Amino acid sequence: MLKSIQSLGAVALDSMRKLGRANLFILHVLTGFPDIFLRFRLLIAQVYSVGVLSILIVGVSGLFVGMVLSLQGYYVLSDFGAEQTLGVMVAASLVRELGPVVTALLFAGRAGSALTAEIGIMKATEQLSGMEMMAVDPLRRIVSPRFFAGIISMPLLAALFSMVGVMGGYFVGVGLLGVDEGSFWSQMRAKIDFYDDIVNGVIKSVVFGAVVTWVAVFEGYDAMPTSEGVSRATTRSVVYSALAVLGWDFVLTALMFGEN
Amino acid sequence: MTGVFAEHEILVSIRDLTFFRGGRKIFDAVDMDIPRGKVTAIMGPSGTGKTTLLKLIGGQLRPDGGHVKVGGLTVQDLGLRELYALRRRMGMLFQSGALLTDLNVFENVAFPLREHTRFPPTMIRSLVLMKLEAVGLRGARDLMPSQLSGGMARRVALARAIILDPLMVMYDEPFTGQDPISMGVLVKLIHDLNHGLGLTSIVVSHDVRETATIADYVYLISEGKVIGQGTPEQLDLSVSPWVRQFMHGEADGPVPFHYPAPAYAQDLLLAKEV
Repeated sequence: MLKSIQSLGAVALDSMRKLGRANLFILHVLTGFPDIFLRFRLLIAQVYSVGVLSILIVGVSGLFVGMVLSLQGYYVLSDFGAEQTLGVMVAASLVRELGPVVTALLFAGRAGSALTAEIGIMKATEQLSGMEMMAVDPLRRIVSPRFFAGIISMPLLAALFSMVGVMGGYFVGVGLLGVDEGSFWSQMRAKIDFYDDIVNGVIKSVVFGAVVTWVAVFEGYDAMPTSEGVSRATTRSVVYSALAVLGWDFVLTALMFGEN
Repeated sequence: MTGVFAEHEILVSIRDLTFFRGGRKIFDAVDMDIPRGKVTAIMGPSGTGKTTLLKLIGGQLRPDGGHVKVGGLTVQDLGLRELYALRRRMGMLFQSGALLTDLNVFENVAFPLREHTRFPPTMIRSLVLMKLEAVGLRGARDLMPSQLSGGMARRVALARAIILDPLMVMYDEPFTGQDPISMGVLVKLIHDLNHGLGLTSIVVSHDVRETATIADYVYLISEGKVIGQGTPEQLDLSVSPWVRQFMHGEADGPVPFHYPAPAYAQDLLLAKEV
């Protein structure tokens, strides 16, 4: 009995320590922000591998999510004779919620896991240690460009997701189910507000980008320098960032849309 | 046991160094002097913390007691900026080479120059090719680290370690897992570079024969203590049973063949407890 309480305490202490390390870590990375302009090429290279290479999966997922939204929405809305508002429903769900959230989840699986594994393996093969001995700070040389590339890429990917999703919704709603094209677009234009919907969605995606990339680079950097350690860190990276995204989504949604 | 070298000859001085890892004492009040311009070997069985010692010298770990001084500077008291300034004058060769896997050989060797200097590309090219020529790999400049053999990777890492013309180079197990030819190449390189460039070298190793051929001075460490020191010839003739066991590779002696365990017969009788 005493032992189980003890181990519970040990787990709590361990997680607190880890949280502390993660915060110090991100502080160090953030203070390296001005360096980004000196190493602009590294940033661009990372935006390519984190962002550009995720375009396909994000685009395809967006298309299907939009198509499904349209199908399901039509089913409910047609009961009330409100098919004309299908465009609003599809666009609002995508821009406010599904765009940022699903993109962040995909991003955690596609880019976050890769970042964790890459940094973890660099640690296991002494590349980070070697850099330190060459008087190069690995947090600035390796971690910082990846972190800021994640923050830059996520909102762009989320925007792409929403855009392709709206197109998918249009194909199914207008093309397949015969919703009136004019009302599909005009209702959407009338109801979707730039600040309330789009800007808030972009803010969400920036926050999610920061959260997912933070978890990913930290888990890699904090991984045990063995193959098992790296594999565990990669799993943790995806699990924690997915949970963090969903948790933050609730907080942000409550803050942004809680009043109305 | 200190005071073998005159004050001005010493580049690295280690005093009373104590270090714990996970409750285990790795170093127990170790004193050591590394003379300038010489090849100093630190030998001992695997797992005695030889790599840890290099990390303590490089400031990657902090001692729990005592201090390490490099060129008169106490490493653990330096701020990050000063520590990095010091590290720019140290080269370290990791056991794995620690080459950056996403850069080719040329870029790996150029890495410290690109990070720390604003030299024009033509100058960087010349410097890199000079160092690659010194390790005999000028022709391998376009290969990626994954295409190199273990010995070649270590030579590239060596070229990278000396690219900023450091004061000293630390070698972590440079001979482990090498075939006789690349072992010979590395032995020759460490010796030639040390004397050609006026470096100070610290070689951590348990390959007694290879290390003894190039070392000017040897420290033997075991269980956290320096248990023998001297020139390779002196150690070879040592009467200390431990030093004899290590230098001649005997299976049993002061270092027991068996890992500490309860008495054998008693252990077998406890089988029903499992």
